Amino acid sequence: MKCGVVIFPGSNCDFDTHHVLKNVYGRDTVFLWHKDHSLHNCDLVILPGGFSYGDYLRSGAIARFSPLMQELQEFADRGGMVLGICNGFQVLLELGLLPGAMLRNKNLKFLCRHVHLSLENTATPFTNRGEKGRILHIPIAHFDGNYYTDPATLIQLKQNNRIVFRYCDTDGKITDESNVNGSMENIAGLINKDGNVLGMMPHPERASEAILGSEDGRVVFDSVFHYLKTGSLQ
Amino acid sequence: MIDKKILSEHNLTEEEYRRIIELIGKEPNITELGIFSLMWSEHCSYKSSKAHLKKLPVKGEHVIQGPGENAGIIDIGDGLAAVFKIESHNHPSFIEPYQGAATGVGGILRDIFTMGARPIALLDSLRFGPLENAHNRSITDGVVSGIAGYGNAIGVPTVGGETYFHPSYSLNPLVNVFCLGIADKNKIFYAKAEGPGNAVLYVGSKTGRDGIHGATMASAEFDEDSEKKRPNVQVGDPFKEKLLLEACLEIMDQNLIVGIQDMGAAGLTCSTSEMASNSGSGIEIDLDRVPQREEGMTAYEIMLSESQERMLLVASNDKVKDVQDVFAKWDLDAVVIGRVTDGDQLKVRFHGETVVDIPVDSIVNLCPLYLRPSRKPDYATARLDLPEQPEDLNAVLLQMLDQPTIADKEWIYRQYDHMVQTNTVFLPGAGTALLRLKGTESGLAMTLDGNSLYCYLDPRTGGKIAVAEACRNLACVGARPLGVTNCLNFGNPEKPGIMWQFMEVIEGISEACLAFGIPVTGGNVSFYNDTEGVSIHPTPVLGIVGRIEKIDRAVSTCFKSEGDLIFLLGENREELGGSEYLRTVHGTERGLPPIIDLDDEKRVQEFIISVIDEGLVSSAADPSEGGLAVCLAECVFASSREFGFAVELDDEMRTDALLFGETQSRILLSAAPDKKITLLSAAKNAGVPLREIGRVEGTRLDIRHRDRSVIDIPILEALRVWKNSIPERMSTKT
Repeated sequence: MKCGVVIFPGSNCDFDTHHVLKNVYGRDTVFLWHKDHSLHNCDLVILPGGFSYGDYLRSGAIARFSPLMQELQEFADRGGMVLGICNGFQVLLELGLLPGAMLRNKNLKFLCRHVHLSLENTATPFTNRGEKGRILHIPIAHFDGNYYTDPATLIQLKQNNRIVFRYCDTDGKITDESNVNGSMENIAGLINKDGNVLGMMPHPERASEAILGSEDGRVVFDSVFHYLKTGSLQ
Repeated sequence: MIDKKILSEHNLTEEEYRRIIELIGKEPNITELGIFSLMWSEHCSYKSSKAHLKKLPVKGEHVIQGPGENAGIIDIGDGLAAVFKIESHNHPSFIEPYQGAATGVGGILRDIFTMGARPIALLDSLRFGPLENAHNRSITDGVVSGIAGYGNAIGVPTVGGETYFHPSYSLNPLVNVFCLGIADKNKIFYAKAEGPGNAVLYVGSKTGRDGIHGATMASAEFDEDSEKKRPNVQVGDPFKEKLLLEACLEIMDQNLIVGIQDMGAAGLTCSTSEMASNSGSGIEIDLDRVPQREEGMTAYEIMLSESQERMLLVASNDKVKDVQDVFAKWDLDAVVIGRVTDGDQLKVRFHGETVVDIPVDSIVNLCPLYLRPSRKPDYATARLDLPEQPEDLNAVLLQMLDQPTIADKEWIYRQYDHMVQTNTVFLPGAGTALLRLKGTESGLAMTLDGNSLYCYLDPRTGGKIAVAEACRNLACVGARPLGVTNCLNFGNPEKPGIMWQFMEVIEGISEACLAFGIPVTGGNVSFYNDTEGVSIHPTPVLGIVGRIEKIDRAVSTCFKSEGDLIFLLGENREELGGSEYLRTVHGTERGLPPIIDLDDEKRVQEFIISVIDEGLVSSAADPSEGGLAVCLAECVFASSREFGFAVELDDEMRTDALLFGETQSRILLSAAPDKKITLLSAAKNAGVPLREIGRVEGTRLDIRHRDRSVIDIPILEALRVWKNSIPERMSTKT
């Protein structure tokens, strides 16, 4: 099993993600350069957080034209496992691998803090090791995390159970107050129709070691490794 | 012809001009004059401060690099070196808060990675005027956004710092940015231009007209026309800097260069001449080769531009192609603009003509130094008449918690990415910043400190306390201080009263650093913090870095478990002079700051470090602004806030002095009841006063003094005041 972390110019969570995969999980992990045309046979490709191309246009809008994104698109179409975290999620939206767009946070400020997430769907390759309704304590750090999509798509997302994480309060209730950035339906993470592409604004790589105060992010990595190893969602 | 008007526009005196002519043996042309005006500015030359800075102790067993380079370096074990420095960006942040603060962050980051270190932490010391004023709110908002905008994008966490609000900063905010990076101890790079014939490369952003005369601007007082100086403020591009950072670290890792220097204040002028001077070489550059983003720039403008995100490299000719390949990978320019020469001249060519030809020594080292006159000002001898103690001390505590200097700073730090790089063990708000060092068991603690009111009332004591308190912050985590960087913010040094403050502060810092055995490895002086004739309070900011050997032993400030006992380490004294309490509640800035005995202080710190290391302590915090009462409240606020405290004090003194006085060398700690006997006997052996004063329990902040209830407030009521103070003020419209 091989993991790849893409480096776009301006990525800044690339090392952090690599550290968790390589040093915390001991997985074979490589960096993938955005100008290349090969995913080097990786089984899991992660688009990390950061400010690709400075996010001077729309977040992720330029990174989606990187040469490597052609291979990524094909990899995803073939059912390859793709995880986009924060800016990586924004790139996935720009690529059209996931629907919708990100607006500025409702308070119009960058927000860095731990949030509570409700685990809404455990029947996915990225969440199968969690229990439904479990409350995860994971940090966010973004300016543009206010998820938006058209009403028809939203209905589809809900019907197909594609909302994986939602912002909630300490008791797991989905409230306006706990909706830190103003996202539609408190959406914090989404999966594609086939279940092999996950985008999430919170940073699981920042919550994978006890010394950092939370290990709740591990559920994502545990799950995808389990799925890649067994092919099972159980 | 250079006339008086031109000289005054360049902030040079006639005497300085005569010295220039004497040194270079000719009348300078306008470009050469521009170069002198920058390099001989207070900001670049330290002409009013150099003689006094020599008093600071700079040697120590861990020092790899002391003052004089881009940053100081200390050995932190495990083959690693910590590279760190603090710098001010006060003047630009007043004129254009967002870009001023953003480029302050960009500048200090370059100072760190120039030396081969990857930046892992930023901290800021911010001083603003009261938030009741709309202009101050807009400066505060702009500065915080600017720091966030730059630091977040480049991916270096802003992990801590301090923010004070005081009227003396209303028209002169202070933005001091500290950065720390980690390097391989054996792979450190310096600003050297060695080896005649070697190539001089320009890398990074293109040069524009921004920031021309930035350093000169930072060396003069502001008046009502200051707004017109906005074009002198540079514009930051954190994305470019991120690319530059990665490309520079890559060429250093491959050992492709001889030397490197960032282009910060005074841009191309400073980098070329300082690198040559450091190596006793000359340097020749051709400005036609400098990448430019505007048309029709003159030699004067190109040499004086302070465009951001640029570096100057020296490499042997056979490595040039490899260097350029790395920069091309990161989509950056890397252009050979000249070469290192024998001799000691800076020669600049432009459109085929020599436009600058002067000895580097004259620019870098021969600026006149001044021993400016100093005199103790009258205010410093004014007496304090203690006001009556208010009846309702609960109301006083709430008023103190509502004071923005004391209140919760989450509104600020929530805008900073403080977790990127995944090393942040204590989040901001927990007190001192604590970072793990991946791949080791150890950690680094760092803090910024400086109480300007103490320094105003008694600068020598204020300087000592700044060092002592910063070390105490580290000790409360369990870390031992290793090195110091300082940013000395003062008014106009041509005023004798200001010069007196400066000299006294240095004496104080120096004495305390010697007592603690910690060296000053670098720093920055920012004079001329005056607007419309009003000077700021003298504000030295001490950045101290410490190491904890076993990071899993570190403790934070917050109470951990119900039933833990609360102890006071140190003695209470009736000291109210210079306190935040007198200022906030009684409107008085008089009296003398608390006394400090450096021997007592050291004993207290040694003790807390040792008991933390032995695992006897659950939490430790040092009372500062607002004294014991505020410190106790903060120990609750920083925790999960499920339990309060009940404390009983029997000291014979005014209750307000006991609750809110800022006596030094005290630490509040909590510990499990079964540790009590061991702790008390350890204290006895160490010769430090330690006594039990209460217990972590209940849901109230509860303090009794000599059998009388003096504070009794529900946690949630106090918490609400403390948390809402800054957000509510910042959301005020008008």
